[in-house]
Amino acid sequence: MRDSIILNLRAVWARAYVRIVGANREPSWIIAETLLPLFSLSAYVFLYKAIDAPAQFIGFVILGGTMTAYWIAILWGMAAQFYWEKTSGQFALYLIAPMSRMAILMGMAVGGFFMTTIRAVATLIIGCLIFRVEFQVVSWVYLILIFLLSMVALYGMGMMFASLFLLWGREVQHLTNLLQEPIYLFSGFYFPVKCLGTWVSSFASLIPLTLGLDGMRQCLFGQAKAMGFMSFKLEVLILLGMDIVFLYLAGKMHRIMEYKGKKEGTLTTRWQ
Amino acid sequence: MQTESIKTEQLTRAYKGKKKADPSVIALDQVDLSVYEGELFGLLGPNGAGKTTLIKILTTLLLPTSGKALVAGFDVDKEAQKIKPLINMVSGGEESGYGILTVVETIWMFSQFYGIPNKVAKERIDKLLEVVGLKDNAKTKVYKLSTGMRQKMNFARGFVSDPKIIFLDEPMLGLDVEAARTCRKFIKNWLNENPTRTVLLTTHYLVEADELCDRIAIINHGKIVACDTPDNLKLLVQREPIFQLETTMMQNEIDEFKQMAGVIDLTYSHNIDKSTTSFRMRLSKEEVIAKIIGTLTKHNLKIISLEKREPSLEDVFIKLVGKKIEEEDA
Ligand SMILES: Nc1ncnc2c1ncn2[C@@H]1O[C@H](COP(=O)(O)OP(=O)(O)OP(=O)(O)O)[C@@H](O)[C@H]1O
Ligand SMILES: [Mg+2]
Repeated sequence: MRDSIILNLRAVWARAYVRIVGANREPSWIIAETLLPLFSLSAYVFLYKAIDAPAQFIGFVILGGTMTAYWIAILWGMAAQFYWEKTSGQFALYLIAPMSRMAILMGMAVGGFFMTTIRAVATLIIGCLIFRVEFQVVSWVYLILIFLLSMVALYGMGMMFASLFLLWGREVQHLTNLLQEPIYLFSGFYFPVKCLGTWVSSFASLIPLTLGLDGMRQCLFGQAKAMGFMSFKLEVLILLGMDIVFLYLAGKMHRIMEYKGKKEGTLTTRWQ
Repeated sequence: MQTESIKTEQLTRAYKGKKKADPSVIALDQVDLSVYEGELFGLLGPNGAGKTTLIKILTTLLLPTSGKALVAGFDVDKEAQKIKPLINMVSGGEESGYGILTVVETIWMFSQFYGIPNKVAKERIDKLLEVVGLKDNAKTKVYKLSTGMRQKMNFARGFVSDPKIIFLDEPMLGLDVEAARTCRKFIKNWLNENPTRTVLLTTHYLVEADELCDRIAIINHGKIVACDTPDNLKLLVQREPIFQLETTMMQNEIDEFKQMAGVIDLTYSHNIDKSTTSFRMRLSKEEVIAKIIGTLTKHNLKIISLEKREPSLEDVFIKLVGKKIEEEDA
């Protein structure tokens, strides 16, 4: 038991290491990924300024624009990952090793989260400085809690996708592209999700970032409460539920995918 | 009594065809095989014979369609988790690892998937890199490695977990002669260090198999057609003399020789530069060669060289499989 825990912790760290060290070796990437979200969020800031929207909207946009980094990281760094690793033969080597598959997914998540957070913080700070955002923090505790809970749910979702995408095979590229932009709209990255109406918002809440963003905005900007989709305390509970369900499903889907793949011979590439 | 490291019983694997209507491909057909501890066991077969399929089943990447496979005494289907800590695999041409890591980091990463303490891992990596001749490239990023260097790294990676049983699927693919020789020597030493270790190797290089393997199974169309020591296999072709013959370039006369009474099998190749044709043929008895020389003269073909050959694994292979073993995508 103890050995198995140590083995899996080592595996998590080794897989996370690739991301942490790897990303630091390509500093130009970090710069690009910090600046790009700034451009698109600036567009919204100017738009809101032009139409004299309430001041807190600027803060909304900057927070949302910052969080887009996590969505991209989930799609490209989690969901599509196993599929790519399958084509290189890397995936087979994960499968024959004794550590749990969840350790690999966790390693990817931890390393990815760490790197994305560095970029996101940079975007946030630069954005706030340029556009002079004023915060009115309601609750630090809830802010951090909501952020962490929504991240766990989000990465849990990424883990589920990783298994699903493996089964879907070559469509992955399109699917990932297809998911990227529309979610910016539905999850309310650039405006309060409440604007979409109850039905659409509820549906969009399946993406953990929707509620996460909504809750964080309420915690960060005192006046935002009225624009919240639901009370942020309720959102904490829902996110917690999502964490449990998504992580459970991720493990389950992975087992199903592995079994199906072993049966049908689709886990490895044919030319090996 | 020897301990079985690998055992298969009536092991069969079918793949679905590409389209629904296509018939399924039988990659392994009721294979019975036993490999013992301490053995370096070779698997030879033409492309598509089922070698990789067998390795995938034994490494728990693929389930049998029917039949049974045991590795270290554990069932690959029901006890995969017990097998995994004991095995590792190296495939030729694999592109595993992440380009952005260095060679040392890559092998270290894989060692962590087996829970190896850092200090032990580091020592092993140093030693392995020395063996495969990658020591000077220890800090090189993987994306900068040449194909051969990459394969050396993969080779080292396979041994870093100190497996009890290692599966080597064309491990020398892309290695230069010198490196392949070092790796062969390493494999032998590795086995000798500990008598409970086992190696299962597939290769297209028959000379390599002959030199390296304690026993060899020849597999064709998913079936094991022979399984024995290299020397015993050669006895299969001992009684039928084999001749190697080089003549001036032939055109259409080859068929005539192929169909000649007393010629059991014949393979040939043309050398365009020298404008010659080389034959290797197995005859039912020595005297047939006289008839062949007569026919050559009749067609005005000149003999450049003629020699009787010691039987080799290649002869055995041709006898059992009916063709030469192809080089990978040559
Ligand atoms: N995933 C797969 N799906 C369908 N058919 C497959 C699959 N993998 C292998 N096959 C088929 O099964 C047969 C055996 O393939 P396998 O890869 O085991 O041969 P091999 O002996 O390793 O050949 P090579 O020497 O070319 O590596 C071949 O006919 C191959 O086309
Ligand atoms: Mg093969």
